[in-house]
Amino acid sequence: MSTSTSPAVKKAYDVEEIRAQFPILKELVHGKPLVYFDNAATSQKPRRVIKAEGAYYATINANVHRGVHTLSTKATEAQEAARETIRTHINAKHTHEVIFTSGTTASINLAATSLGQLLLKEGDEVVISGMEHHSNIVPWQLACERHGATLKVIPITDSGEWDLKQVPFSDRTRILAISHVSNTLGTINPVKILIAQAKKQGIVTVGDGAQAMPHLNVDVQALGCDLYAFSGHKSYGPTGTGVLYGREELLERMPPWQGGGEMIDQVTLTKSTWAKLPFKFEAGTPHIAGIIGLGEAIRWMQDYDLNAMAAHERTLLEHATKELLAIDGLRIIGTAKEKVGVISFVIEGVHHYDLGTLLDQQGIAVRTGHHCTQPLMERFGVSGTTRASFACFNTIAEVDAMVGATKKAVKMLR
Amino acid sequence: MTTSMTLAQAQQEVVDEFALFTDWQDRYEHLIELGKDLPMIAPEMKTDENIVRGCQSRVWLNAEQKNGLVHFTADSDAMITKGLVALLVRVLNDRTPQEILNTPLTFIDAIGLREHLSPNRSNGLVAMLDQMKRYALAYSSKP
Repeated sequence: MSTSTSPAVKKAYDVEEIRAQFPILKELVHGKPLVYFDNAATSQKPRRVIKAEGAYYATINANVHRGVHTLSTKATEAQEAARETIRTHINAKHTHEVIFTSGTTASINLAATSLGQLLLKEGDEVVISGMEHHSNIVPWQLACERHGATLKVIPITDSGEWDLKQVPFSDRTRILAISHVSNTLGTINPVKILIAQAKKQGIVTVGDGAQAMPHLNVDVQALGCDLYAFSGHKSYGPTGTGVLYGREELLERMPPWQGGGEMIDQVTLTKSTWAKLPFKFEAGTPHIAGIIGLGEAIRWMQDYDLNAMAAHERTLLEHATKELLAIDGLRIIGTAKEKVGVISFVIEGVHHYDLGTLLDQQGIAVRTGHHCTQPLMERFGVSGTTRASFACFNTIAEVDAMVGATKKAVKMLR
Repeated sequence: MTTSMTLAQAQQEVVDEFALFTDWQDRYEHLIELGKDLPMIAPEMKTDENIVRGCQSRVWLNAEQKNGLVHFTADSDAMITKGLVALLVRVLNDRTPQEILNTPLTFIDAIGLREHLSPNRSNGLVAMLDQMKRYALAYSSKP
């Protein structure tokens, strides 16, 4: 297993070379070649990631941080190498600022529970935005309920952006929790600007990076956020893996979230003391195989120029936008200037469930429904949308296949 | 309506009808057409109590007992769901509660549309089928 970090010389971007590394892209769906446009839900995995996970079980499977035996040492080294890879990738100052979780949802629940206990008092306020995924809404609602605090919301403009003139900061705001990139609209939010504004007022900031990680160069120090959550499985890594990055000084002050093994220093039956960072927040045996796979996924991404990947995805987005808009009655939800490769749309007289079903019959996997953003659907007055979300392995020909299949479906349904 | 047939015969009729189609497009076009002929639920019956909520599409279902038989009317906001609702209503409509409760439903599997009854489709159909059986159960205890 390689533990090298970002290579100086990047591989040239060649979509066919990339596709060859994803075994699943050879699958047929209903007898047709799979076109996978549901990457915002979970991305597909390159062979290297699948192999790394398997190699852990086949050669070094053992519990981490405990055994004195050789396998345990090797497993620990491999897991900790993944942590270091992630540190370099997001430019965290310290390796122990990278906490492993089961995914963005767990990361935000950790943040909301622990920060809530540390910061929130009766009458305090937490600010989120109107485009958040349910997993960046509900944990804060629960925290607010527990501590008598109130949730305030940044309104969303018609183009699907934050209305920065109406950010509801007050002298009672303690926490700002916002998505870097919208899973439903694809909007890249001006997080840096808002975080800077929050910091001036002493507000603790939490970024939801689930949709940013697979598409952008995320630098947590440049963003200036206190906490930043993301998933492994949306960034070419295994399911069941995620990270909560936290600034050391804040993590030291935050109380532990879950209790158990791995996270303690001393336990007596009356009182326990906590392990050092990051282990204070990693109770129980972690998803070792998954974490090793996630490290490999990040190394795989680092082999390429992420800007070239982003440029390719932008080409797909622009092509899809142009071609889809030619369909009669089609409306795109989310028309921000800065977007990743996510396109959400509705078609007059066509229900998204029907469209999703008929696209699936033609081998095309898109997401339909509310995308776990019901408040955002309400904002746009729709019950759901059809969403195509691109990854580095998608092609213009696949976009054309989706547009053709959509036209066929519309004809059948009208 | 096909009340002279047994429920099992009605299922077989659907299976035979769908056997004529060899490709997905014909099958789905037929399903969409069937939805258009659905015995539509009266607008005043499209109440919150009669809604069977799915995550993606919604189904409205009303049941009444007439001369010992259960009479269903329904609707959905999605065409494919509506077609499947129409098939369920066609097979289960105007039957005794006992027949509804005692005959296993096999036709959805047989016509290759089983995926729509898988829980992850969240289209309200599984809940609708449960609801139809609950109505039958309720009516079977009050003759």
